[in-house]
Amino acid sequence: MTIAKRPGARWRTALATTLVVAAGLFSTATFAGPTLDKIKQRGSIKVGVGTTPGFFSPDSNGRWQGFFVDYGRALSITVFGDPDKVEFTNSSPQQRLPALQAGEFDVLLSGVTVTITRAFQLGFHFGPTIFYDGQGILVRKDLGVTKAAELDGATIGVQSGTTGELNIADFFRKTGKKFTPVTIEDTGEFINALETGRVDAITQDSSDLVGKRTQLKKPDDYIILPERLSKEPLAPAIAGGDDRWLEIVNWTVNATIQAEEWGITSKNIDEFLKSPDPAIQRFLGVDPSLAQAIGLDPKWAYNIIKTVGNYGEIYERNLKPLGWERGYNSLWVNGGLLYSPPFR
Amino acid sequence: MTISEVLDSRTWRSSATLQMLKIGLFGTPLNSIITMATVALLGWIVPPLVRWGVFDATWTGTSADCAAASGACWAFVGAKFRFILFAFYPPALQWRPAIVMALLLGLLIVTAQPRFWRKGLLVAWFVVVAASWILMSGTLTPPAVPSNQWGGLAVTLFVWSVCFGLATPLAILLALARRSSMGGLRVLAVAFIELMRGTPMVAILYVAMLILPMAIPNGQLIDKNVRAMIMITLFWSAYVAEVVRAGLQAIPSGQQEAATALGLGYWRTMQLIVLPQALRLVIPGMVNLAIGFLLATSLLAVIGIFDLLNAARSSATDPQWLGYYNEAYLFAALIYFLLCFGGSRYSLWLEKYLRRSERI
Repeated sequence: MTIAKRPGARWRTALATTLVVAAGLFSTATFAGPTLDKIKQRGSIKVGVGTTPGFFSPDSNGRWQGFFVDYGRALSITVFGDPDKVEFTNSSPQQRLPALQAGEFDVLLSGVTVTITRAFQLGFHFGPTIFYDGQGILVRKDLGVTKAAELDGATIGVQSGTTGELNIADFFRKTGKKFTPVTIEDTGEFINALETGRVDAITQDSSDLVGKRTQLKKPDDYIILPERLSKEPLAPAIAGGDDRWLEIVNWTVNATIQAEEWGITSKNIDEFLKSPDPAIQRFLGVDPSLAQAIGLDPKWAYNIIKTVGNYGEIYERNLKPLGWERGYNSLWVNGGLLYSPPFR
Repeated sequence: MTISEVLDSRTWRSSATLQMLKIGLFGTPLNSIITMATVALLGWIVPPLVRWGVFDATWTGTSADCAAASGACWAFVGAKFRFILFAFYPPALQWRPAIVMALLLGLLIVTAQPRFWRKGLLVAWFVVVAASWILMSGTLTPPAVPSNQWGGLAVTLFVWSVCFGLATPLAILLALARRSSMGGLRVLAVAFIELMRGTPMVAILYVAMLILPMAIPNGQLIDKNVRAMIMITLFWSAYVAEVVRAGLQAIPSGQQEAATALGLGYWRTMQLIVLPQALRLVIPGMVNLAIGFLLATSLLAVIGIFDLLNAARSSATDPQWLGYYNEAYLFAALIYFLLCFGGSRYSLWLEKYLRRSERI
């Protein structure tokens, strides 16, 4: 064979072989079995979380607590009937999405915003939105500002490299007003800049601002303006390719919302077991026909509400102490955006 | 009179010390200005700091007690002490990481002393590292604890000592390969070292976290901490290799020629003649690197491992103890300082010790 004798041909063959082998390795990773099988085999759910007060934070005993953490426990109840078959791993905003793609997590409960590029380009699936967030502005009260549009000429602290930086610029361009952005890297420095008067206002997702406000020396001297400069619907994110796992995520969230709508709480749930309403009987597994049809434990929803609570209880327990009002995160019957499809 | 004149006069009394201070602090107008400025600066910084950290501080109690006081909240450190040291390790089993920390510190102290530098030390390293791993993971003493629950100072110490311990022998081989007369080997060593040194450690950690599981079949099954530690070991070995190479270059070629003349082969020459001298020369440099690497372990936070600094930071996100970042960081800084200061004192002592032994 003459080709093999040409200098460099051997190298090229070797390179081609390496690439094919590498592609083979990558493809086996891509076609790994469905997520739910892996979860059951492993005996626990791997959940990626962040660290924001109220949403996810470790307590003094090293146990994860918070709004999203409770949803991780609820998922564990749906799959295993036990709230503790779940491994929480902290994941920084930069690496959480690639980590989900790499199969490092079964579900991300780290406050991921649903966006179209994440759905199409990254191939993620999102469960129902469990928290409607949006970018807000925290200002000193003594500026006398009540609307964002009145902040003409203000100096505003923005976190570098976030969409918040772009959103506020868009907002001011749209309203034709001027502002001076001050880019701040470290999150601790934000509070400092506001207290020392280096900036008139700071802008971030309002979930972060509420936590920041409680850390100010005099929280009452500052207010969060009512406008939301962006839509940040936060939802559980999973990798594509396992429809049943997606449905489990969907209906675990829906169960907490539906329970609140019916007024079922962790405290009064046992009284509801005697309810004559057939829908509630199906929901709580008194009538097991529904659960049998979908292949879940008849008591799955009962166990979630009994152990973790309904949406309102989860919210009150984790976010109310930090000063969060329900706002958009109220039931649709109360003028909010939370709405569960029917359980039938 | 200058300081040297005072010293030369050989009338060494306490008044001389006083005089020396006087000359040192106020000898020239510039000295006086610097002294006054320093005193003013200290007077400006220290009293508020002491008031915050000592007099107005809350030493015990709850976060409500802290919020009522204006000073530092050391009660926070008291409540979060265990979390900062052990992070998510189950409280009932925290004796395990405690023993591991004691073992590792003991091993480091033993390793630091030249009189223990013999083959047995390698065995000790192997035994202690294996024992630490078995103890932390609980393979032999159930219940097992998955590595995503490891954290705090225990993980910082573990990653630091194990990776540095593994990187050093690897680095010696790399340094020898880089000075080798075999072309292919030399090119490979140069390529590896330059690739590693040309990449930021954060990128290396991302590779461990994201690329390795996709590139290796069933890569997700390999523990994340193990993946991170393999990549860190490779990364650090490139840096240590360059330090070792500097030591190798400092050994006159006559030494090697003499060894060859005596009929020693390559490995015997290296083992008996060149390396003992070369390594002795570069120990201060290695200690310096080790201190830098200890601080670099805080980058583990980017792949979600709760090292000392990350554990301290996130302990201030607990709604029960919200926002005591200053106290958390100060406590972490104190631990880092103790370790690093110990390291640099040791390095000074070792330099003196080695210089003394050379003279003999």
